[in-house]
Amino acid sequence: MNSLDTLIRMANQIATNLAHEPDPAAATAEHIHLFWDPRMKQMIRAHDGTGLCPVAQAAIARLAMAA
Amino acid sequence: MTYQPQADFGTPASRADETVTLTIDGRAVTVPAGSSVMRAAAEQGTAIPKLCATDMLESFGSCRLCLVEIEGRKGTPASCTTPVEPGMVVHTQTPRLQQLRKGVMELYISDHPLDCLTCAANGDCELQDQAGAVGLREVRYPAGDNHLGQCKDISNPYFDFDPSKCITCSRCVRACDEVQGTLALTVQGRGFGSKISAGLASDDFLGSECVSCGACVQACPTATLVEKKVVEIGTPERAVVTTCAYCGVGCTFRAEMRGEQLVRMVPWKEGKANRGHSCVKGRFAWGYAQHQDRILKPMIRASIDQPWREVEWDEAMAYAASELKRISATYGKHALGGITSSRCTNEETFLVQKLVRAGFGNNNVDTCARVCHSPTGYGLKTTFGTSAGTQDFDSVEDSDVILVIGANPTDAHPVFGSRMKQRLRQGARLIVIDPRRTDMVRSPHIAADYHLPVRPGTNVAILTALAHVIVTEGLADDEFIRERCDEDEYRHWADFVALDRNSPETLEPVTGVAADLVRGAARLYATGGNGAIYYGLGVTEHSQGSSTVMAIANLAMATGNIGRRGVGVNPLRGQNNVQGACDMGSFPHELSGYRHISDKAVRDLFERDWGVSLDPEPGLRIPNMLDAATDGVFKAIYIQGEDILQSDPNTAHVAAGLAAMECVIVHDLFLNETANYAHIFLPGSTFLEKDGTFTNAERRIQLVRKVMSPLNGHEDWQVTQMLARALGLDWAYTHPSEIMDEIARLTPSFKGVSHQRLDAEASLQWPVDDKHPDGSPIMHVDGFVRGKGKFVVTDYVPTDEKTGPRFPLLLTTGRILSQYNVGAQTRRTANEVWHDEDVLEIHPVDAEDRGVRTGNWVKLASRAGATTLRALVTDRVAPGVVYTTFHHPETQANVVTTDYSDWATNCPEYKVTAVQVAPSNGPSDWQQDYQAQSTRSRRIVQRDAAE
Ligand code: SF4
Ligand code: SF4
Ligand code: SF4
Ligand code: FES
Repeated sequence: MNSLDTLIRMANQIATNLAHEPDPAAATAEHIHLFWDPRMKQMIRAHDGTGLCPVAQAAIARLAMAA
Repeated sequence: MTYQPQADFGTPASRADETVTLTIDGRAVTVPAGSSVMRAAAEQGTAIPKLCATDMLESFGSCRLCLVEIEGRKGTPASCTTPVEPGMVVHTQTPRLQQLRKGVMELYISDHPLDCLTCAANGDCELQDQAGAVGLREVRYPAGDNHLGQCKDISNPYFDFDPSKCITCSRCVRACDEVQGTLALTVQGRGFGSKISAGLASDDFLGSECVSCGACVQACPTATLVEKKVVEIGTPERAVVTTCAYCGVGCTFRAEMRGEQLVRMVPWKEGKANRGHSCVKGRFAWGYAQHQDRILKPMIRASIDQPWREVEWDEAMAYAASELKRISATYGKHALGGITSSRCTNEETFLVQKLVRAGFGNNNVDTCARVCHSPTGYGLKTTFGTSAGTQDFDSVEDSDVILVIGANPTDAHPVFGSRMKQRLRQGARLIVIDPRRTDMVRSPHIAADYHLPVRPGTNVAILTALAHVIVTEGLADDEFIRERCDEDEYRHWADFVALDRNSPETLEPVTGVAADLVRGAARLYATGGNGAIYYGLGVTEHSQGSSTVMAIANLAMATGNIGRRGVGVNPLRGQNNVQGACDMGSFPHELSGYRHISDKAVRDLFERDWGVSLDPEPGLRIPNMLDAATDGVFKAIYIQGEDILQSDPNTAHVAAGLAAMECVIVHDLFLNETANYAHIFLPGSTFLEKDGTFTNAERRIQLVRKVMSPLNGHEDWQVTQMLARALGLDWAYTHPSEIMDEIARLTPSFKGVSHQRLDAEASLQWPVDDKHPDGSPIMHVDGFVRGKGKFVVTDYVPTDEKTGPRFPLLLTTGRILSQYNVGAQTRRTANEVWHDEDVLEIHPVDAEDRGVRTGNWVKLASRAGATTLRALVTDRVAPGVVYTTFHHPETQANVVTTDYSDWATNCPEYKVTAVQVAPSNGPSDWQQDYQAQSTRSRRIVQRDAAE
C-alpha cells in the first residue's frame, strides 16, 4: 500500500467516525487540518477523489478552499 | 543519607479523624483513634520490642514480645493488638515485662543458628536487634530441632529461603496474602514446629505460585528470606529514594547502595503510588544496568552494511550534526525528525522535542505513546478537557464497582493490581471486559461478577450496548448530567444509544457476549455505588481506540461517576513515563501541556523563550514518518530510547522506512533492533545514572535520582544537549532541574513544579497551578476542565482487518508480568527464567482442528507477514482467538501485525489481526533473513583494534 492509499484510508476512517457530528464534512476537514502534516494535506488535496467516501470528498474540498 | 532502615511503626496507620490521648511511660501522646498501643508508642519515639508485627501488615499477636502493662488492666496484653483508649496509662518497660520478654527471646534463639557474624543479615536483622533490646545474655534451653539444619531453597533467581533461620512469625505469609494477594505461602504444621512453605511442602519457590514480588523478603525480620545480592555484596551503607523505570504505576524505591554498587531496591513506604510495595521488575530486575551488552562508546558508520566504528563523543556529535545539516540542505528541513521515549525522563523528553522544533525547524516529533495511549489523549481531551486519568491510585479504596476493560493489571501494573485485589477482597464488585480470561477474572479470593469475553475489535459495540441499558432502563444520573454536562449533546447521544440496533440483544452476534451478561454488568456499574473504570491497551490499540476511550468517558458521565474519590476513568499506562512524554509536547501537533501548535499565543510564548520561530503546522507522526521515508522525502531521524523496529506494527514496513533514510541516530542502552538500521549510535544511561522526573498514570510527578555515575559518561539530557550544541543551538543547562524550571515557565499545568519542591514533598500531581497549588489528586471535582462534559456519539465501525477463509483467526497481543515491552531490559536479567520465549495461546478446539499440541512449533501468518513460535493450548482464549506477547526479537510478533490504526491518532491496531496458524518445523523466511542481517549489522570495530 502506498502513502496515498494510506491517506485515502485515513480520510475515510475519519469521515466514518465523525458521521454523527452536526456537520461531518466540516468536522473531518477540521480533524485533518489539526493533525496532518502539510505534505499529507497537500497530497490528499491534489488527489482526484477516487476512493474517498462522499463526506471525505466534501471535507477535502473544504480544505482545498481554505488553503 | 547514611544507612537507616525505613522506620517501622509496628502496625498500619489508622485513618480515623478522631484522636485519642493516652500516656506511655509517663509521657502524653495523641494519636488517631484505632491506632495500636505499639504504634502510639512508636510515634512517640518508644520502640516496644516486637517480632511478628510490622507496619505493612495487620497486627497478628503471635510472638508475645511486645507485651506491656496497662494500669487498671490485668495481665500483660500485646501492644500490637491492643487499641489505644482515652486516658490509658501504659508502661512499656518494667522488671516483669523484661523477664517475660527474655523468656520469649530465649525460646526463639534456642531454635536459631548462632552464626550472626557470617550471616547475610548481620547488622540488619530484627531478631538480633530484639535480642539486644530485651537484654538476652544466655540461653538455658537445649538447641531446638524444629528448624535448625533444614536445607536452603535457592531456586528463586533473586532471593534465598533458609528455613533454618525461620522464627515462624508468619510475616512472609501475611505479606503474600495482605500486600501482594498471591497467597503463595502457607504455614505447615502447628506451634513451635510449624514451617513456612511455598505451596506444597514439596514445592520450591520457583515452582510455586510465587510471582517474586519480594514482599515476603521485605517483611522477613531475619535472614530466612534474603536477597541474593545482600548475600553476595553485604548490607547496604546508604540509601537514595528514586522511581522505578518500568511501568506506569511509578513505584518509588530506596536504592540501597554500597559505594556505587546497588545492593537492593526496597519499595519506599512513603511512596504514594506504591505504598511500600513493588513487583519483580522494579525490585529485582535491574541487572541490565550493568549488562555486558551495554554500549558505552559512541559509534558511527557510513552505511548499514558496514561494521560499527567506535569514536569519541566529539567525533560522533560532529558527524551527526554534519549529516543532519547536509540532509536539511539537500532535502529541506522537513526531511528531519525525532522520536522521544516514554522510558526517558520528562526533562529528556522535553529536550528532544525542543531539539526538533527549535533545532530541526519543524514539528516532526513523536513519541512511542503514539503506539499505546495516544487515543487516551484524544478521547479524554475531547470529552473532559484533559488528556489524563481522573483519579489517584488511593481512590480505588472507595470504589464499590470496578470495571476493568482491556487491561491486565496483575501482569502489566502489578502493584496497582494488588491494590485493586485488596479492595475486591473487601467486597467491591468486579466487571471484566476482555477477550481473555485474565487473572483478574478468577484468582485466589477474587472472582469477577461479570466477565464479558468480547470479540477483539468490538469494544465500541459492547460499550454502546452497556450505555443502551443504562439509558433505556432509566439508570442514568440525570442530576449530574444536568449540572455538569452539555445537555443537548447528552440527548443526542442518549437518543443514539437507545436505538434498537444498539441493544445488547442486537449486538450479541457482533460482540459474541450474551445479552443478559451485558445487561447485568450495566446495571451493576450504574447502580452499585461508586463505579470506577480502569482500562489499558486493549482499549486504545484498535482502529476505534479513540472512540472506545470516548465511549468509556460517556459511560462515566452518564452515571455520574466522575469528580470524587472511588470513581473515574483511569488509563493504566504501559511504560513508566507515558503520561510525562505526552505532557511534554512530544506529539507533533502540540506543545507541552497539550496546546496546539497552531495557537499563535502559545507559539509566541515559546518563541520568545527559545529565541526561534516555530512552524505553525503539525508535523509527522511515527507511521507518517515511515511512509514519508519510503516515499523518499523523510531522510533523518534521532530516536531516543525507543526500538521502533521491534515495537511498531508491520515490521517489514518499519524496516523499509528505516532503510530508506540516510541518517538514523539511535540513542539507547543497547544495540536494539532499530540500531540494525542506524548510522550513528549514541550510548544512553540508565535511570540509576541520571537525575530527572517521571510522571506516572496518576499524573504524579516524582524524582528520579542519580545513584551511580553513568557508565557511558553522560546522562541522556547531556547527550541531547551535545547534539543541540553541535547543531549550533546555545543550550547551557547544568542540571535537569533547570529544564524543569523551563517546563514550569512554559506550561500552565506545571506552573508550581520544581525539583526543589519535589525533593521536599516527594511528589506532586498536575495540574499544579494557582488554582491547585498543591496539585490535583482527583480531577474535574467542581466541573470539567473543558467546562461542560461532552458526550460524543461513538458508532461501532467494524475494523477493515477481517477474518476470512485464508486468515480465519483473530490474533490479539499483550504482555506478561516478568517481561517488559520489547524486553530490552528484562531479557537481560534473570527474569528470563519465567519467560524465555513468546508463545502462542490457542483454544483447544482450534488447536485440534490444526493438529497442534502444546509445545509444537507453529507458523503464525497474516496479510503482513509470518513468523514461527511455540503453541500453548489453553481455554484462557476463546475459540477463534489466539494470543501472544511481543517481548522477544526472535519471534517478532509485529512481523504479523498490520498497519491499520486508530482513526483519530494512528495508534496501531495491535489487538486485532486476522491470522492463520499451521504446524511448522522451523523459522519463517523473514526470521532467517532478519537473523542474518541482524548479525551482520551488529559487528563492531573497536577503537583499539582500529588504530
Ligand atoms: S515473593 Fe511475593 S508472591 Fe512470592 S512468596 Fe513472596 S510475597 Fe508471595
Ligand atoms: S520466613 Fe521470615 S517472615 Fe517468614 S515466618 Fe520465617 S522468619 Fe518470619
Ligand atoms: S509495578 Fe511497575 S512501577 Fe512498580 S515496581 Fe513493578 S514495574 Fe516498577
Ligand atoms: S509484635 Fe506483638 S505479638 Fe508479636
